[in-house]
Amino acid sequence: MEPFTTLTGLVAPLDRVNVDTDQIIPKQFLKTIKRTGLKEGLFFDWRRRPDGTPDPGFFLNQPRYRNATILLTRDNFGCGSSREHAPWALLDQGFRCVIAPSFADIFYNNCFQNGILPVVLKPEEVQSLFQASAAEGFELAVDLAKQMVTAPDGRRYRFEVDPFRKDCLLKGLDQVGLSLKHETAISAYEKRRRVEAPWLFIDLMKR
Amino acid sequence: MFDKIWEAHVVREEPDATTLLYVDRQLVHEVTSPQAFEGLRLAGRRPRRPKATLAVPDHNVPTTDRRIGIQDPVSAAQVRTLEENCNEAGITLFDMNDVRQGIVHVIGPEQGFTLPGMTIVCGDSHTSTHGAFGALAFGIGTSEVEHVLATQCLLQTRPKTMLIRVEGTLSDRCQAKDIILAIIGKIGTAGGTGHVIEYAGSAIRALSMEGRMTICNMSIEAGARAGLIAPDDKTFAYIKGRPMAPAGELFEQAVQAWRQLPTDAGAKFDSVVDLRAEEIAPQVTWGTSPGMVTGVDGRVPDPRAMPDEKSRQAAERALEYMALKPGMPITEIRIDKVFIGSCTNSRIEDLRLAARYAQGKKVAAGVHAFVVPGSGLVKHQAELEGLDRIFREAGFEWREAGCSMCLAMNADVLQPGERCASTSNRNFEGRQGKGGRTHLVSPPMAVAAAVEGHFVDIRAWE
Repeated sequence: MEPFTTLTGLVAPLDRVNVDTDQIIPKQFLKTIKRTGLKEGLFFDWRRRPDGTPDPGFFLNQPRYRNATILLTRDNFGCGSSREHAPWALLDQGFRCVIAPSFADIFYNNCFQNGILPVVLKPEEVQSLFQASAAEGFELAVDLAKQMVTAPDGRRYRFEVDPFRKDCLLKGLDQVGLSLKHETAISAYEKRRRVEAPWLFIDLMKR
Repeated sequence: MFDKIWEAHVVREEPDATTLLYVDRQLVHEVTSPQAFEGLRLAGRRPRRPKATLAVPDHNVPTTDRRIGIQDPVSAAQVRTLEENCNEAGITLFDMNDVRQGIVHVIGPEQGFTLPGMTIVCGDSHTSTHGAFGALAFGIGTSEVEHVLATQCLLQTRPKTMLIRVEGTLSDRCQAKDIILAIIGKIGTAGGTGHVIEYAGSAIRALSMEGRMTICNMSIEAGARAGLIAPDDKTFAYIKGRPMAPAGELFEQAVQAWRQLPTDAGAKFDSVVDLRAEEIAPQVTWGTSPGMVTGVDGRVPDPRAMPDEKSRQAAERALEYMALKPGMPITEIRIDKVFIGSCTNSRIEDLRLAARYAQGKKVAAGVHAFVVPGSGLVKHQAELEGLDRIFREAGFEWREAGCSMCLAMNADVLQPGERCASTSNRNFEGRQGKGGRTHLVSPPMAVAAAVEGHFVDIRAWE
């Protein structure tokens, strides 16, 4: 996983609440057995008009947002399905940070697994960023170590993040590798539970 | 109850309280697992407890004649990849032609794989279903599927707890589906974010295991990580004798432990919500989010009457997509398709209930209705009871088991502009097909809509 330390990038605003993962990436793109190449599917149904041509009104089709790396959006972003294809598609498009007043749990979690930083700011802070993002070329600076988003006018927005997740993201750590270091603890736990609750260890029948 | 299960599964804690949580069981399906197995291979890792894992293809499988296989080559490749991965890893797999194949959240309980007090995960948000047994069950992403395969553990932050009490007696012909839709209507689609919800109260205790699964299934639609219902004698009776469940003395020993799981009197929750069962009418969603829901005796709401600008905009957009006018009675909404199925409502009791209302009726002209059982075993049982004949005679198609038009990854898809009464769990834009319009309802409400061609108040039907 690529570490996330600081990012200064162009902001693309998506002014909708409850954006679900079916909208972020529709089902026809879930048939892949790979993690890459998913940007084609990102907001697929919203990017196109009914005749299949690109909708010039949709933000990602506008040249000014082509190189955006920060997505600014509204409440409950990423709700619905657990599909990790949603953060994979955002990453493939170039987004490394999503800012919203709130996120759905599974999506929030999935971001940290993929080097994307989800930032929760207060609703009024998000509102003021939406207003500021009307200016062409609006950029924000995100500093994970300091837990701070800085706007071009110098305004600073502090955000919270769990220390453990922060550390993993700053260093780009492989979480499976981290857990495997605790093999002794896992084995000891299993040994104890086999005695306490043996029904949890019935091996599933053979085919 | 949540605290008891959580604490029994803590392997270790980081200084910031991030917990390495032991996972007793994992369910795997074809859509969210290929990249996890690939990740293991690239890192040279092996699954730690392949025999604690059960796999089944469900999202991509056809619900029509399976002798010809899967026609879409990409879907076929995904299902084949699952088979290859499970063979290599030594994971039990019910393949497409196995009578035990079905929707992952139907077969777990059906096989006795799901037990009280367990931690269960799956790369699927509706894993919350298994909470109906008093198991802590939640959906995870593909990276976490890989994490659990490799370590049988997950790194978790402790969620908050919410108690939802539903007291009283449900009106005649109202269902578990109406309770959970009413709950989501009340607390909103983000109302449960960051929480595990425990459902309690006399109306919940009165539900069958199938009804409890319907409730817990849609916890994720309220934004919750998981749903829980205290196990009781109904739970133990359901589990007893199932193929993967403990038997004999081990079963008795397990029941002793399971009886200790329910929440102790006076336990504290971070929040509490109360509902009266009598006040719950049959529910119908009118918008593009499960929280956009009202009683069948209600009307399509007027966005101008909404309390704030954001809900007003969201409602306006939803009504435009759904092609509905504010103030229109719900019973005047005409439908084109009816889907009875999904991990929410495709178990034997759902089909018995639907068949009871379909018996001797005819699907309205111009309406296409079909029933997709949750598993091969549910299908088999329904056929033994003659339910398939009732459905066919009423003009419903009778299909093979799978997720089908809940998310339309296989060939079962709504066409643009088509309107569907669906027993599934999500009415998002395009969920059942691009431009398709979904109304979520209970199985009896779906049957009545199929017969009349529009929604009817099931309480007054006939």
